[in-house]
Amino acid sequence: MATTQRKAVALISGGLDSLLAAKAVMEQGVHVEGINFYTGFCVEGHTHAIRKKDKAKPKRNNALWVAEQLGIKLHIVDIIEEYKDVVINPSHGYGQHMNPCLDCKGFMVKKAHEWIQENNFDFIITGEVIGQRPMSQRKDTMPVIARESGAGDLLVRPLCAQHLPATLPEQEGWLDREQMFDFSGRTRKPQMALAESYGFEDYAQPAGGCCFLTDEKYSKKISDLWESRGVRDYELDDIMLLKVGRHIRPKKHFKIIIGREEGENNFLSGYRKMFASLKTTSHAGPLALLDSVNGELSDEDIQLAAQITARYSQGRTADKVEVEFTNKQGVSKLIEVTPMAPSKLDEAWHV
Amino acid sequence: MSHYTLDAKRLMCPMPVIRTQDKVAELKTGDTLEVTCTDPGALNDIPAWCRINGHVVISSSEEKGEVIITVKVGEA
Repeated sequence: MATTQRKAVALISGGLDSLLAAKAVMEQGVHVEGINFYTGFCVEGHTHAIRKKDKAKPKRNNALWVAEQLGIKLHIVDIIEEYKDVVINPSHGYGQHMNPCLDCKGFMVKKAHEWIQENNFDFIITGEVIGQRPMSQRKDTMPVIARESGAGDLLVRPLCAQHLPATLPEQEGWLDREQMFDFSGRTRKPQMALAESYGFEDYAQPAGGCCFLTDEKYSKKISDLWESRGVRDYELDDIMLLKVGRHIRPKKHFKIIIGREEGENNFLSGYRKMFASLKTTSHAGPLALLDSVNGELSDEDIQLAAQITARYSQGRTADKVEVEFTNKQGVSKLIEVTPMAPSKLDEAWHV
Repeated sequence: MSHYTLDAKRLMCPMPVIRTQDKVAELKTGDTLEVTCTDPGALNDIPAWCRINGHVVISSSEEKGEVIITVKVGEA
């Protein structure tokens, strides 16, 4: 009698570990499909590609690329809205910066568990390695993810399975524990050797740089956003804009987002109906958006923002620079300012 | 077989791929979907998504900052 082919979904980040974990299970005859969760904080090659100087970098989506290397389907799931609660109220707290790694992993495994129930799959695969991450991949926190996600013994970590209790797929004989691995710690050598044995020569740099929330500067910008608004919340546009430009807050109630080069100016120009903006007209210069907490800007605020914007234009040493101010309704006016001297630009204004 | 359009302008990848994926899930085999994006990364990502999920890109172009990709829906 033919046995039923078991089906598993693998969390695919685009990094090496999830690629190997999925492959290890495929090697045992299991049908594997990939799932990738988009939180809004994922570091995508495309985000970097906003900047013109980075355009030469390959613009591939690593999760799609990994799926193609494996020859499996990939389901990309938008979890932006639901993920807010993970970022804003992590029950296990944050890591070094604003990264809620343990809650994040638990949430993604929980979503994968829901997905396998809806799609009639048998178990879940992750590329976790015991001892590799200080928060989410420790011997004492890995059971927390299995328990709190609801996945329990349906969660298989093939790269370190031999260090962990047998999962249901092992108990049922769907997977042979001996054909999985005993990786541990931060060394990458076992993964690189396994990649070579599978014939993978090109793969994304190992995980860790996959989320903006692990970035110190980005985390400071989120803290600044919440502090200035007096509320811990965000929209997708907020977190996209935190990835782009110089953020300067000369007064508590408004900040200026200044494009650093043509690519960023083009990206920011897409937001001109949502924000008031400034653009130097007498000299080449950046586009700047004015993000005001209550939507109101006094003439004094606009004058100050124009001086700062002019400081980043080609006219930075000129006596006068002409700047066009445009409000959200598209009504423009020209103002003339003296660019702010670098010594007057308070370092504390830089977010 | 019907033709549909999808506006994915101002969205950065992978959102155009997600919107394409979700729209294609509603369509029938042989239907076509014309997706308009402003993120040039879609020129790589939507075809990659089509290849691994059994759909076919029948045309793609980039003009004046807009990327237009037409996808023919494959077998479910």
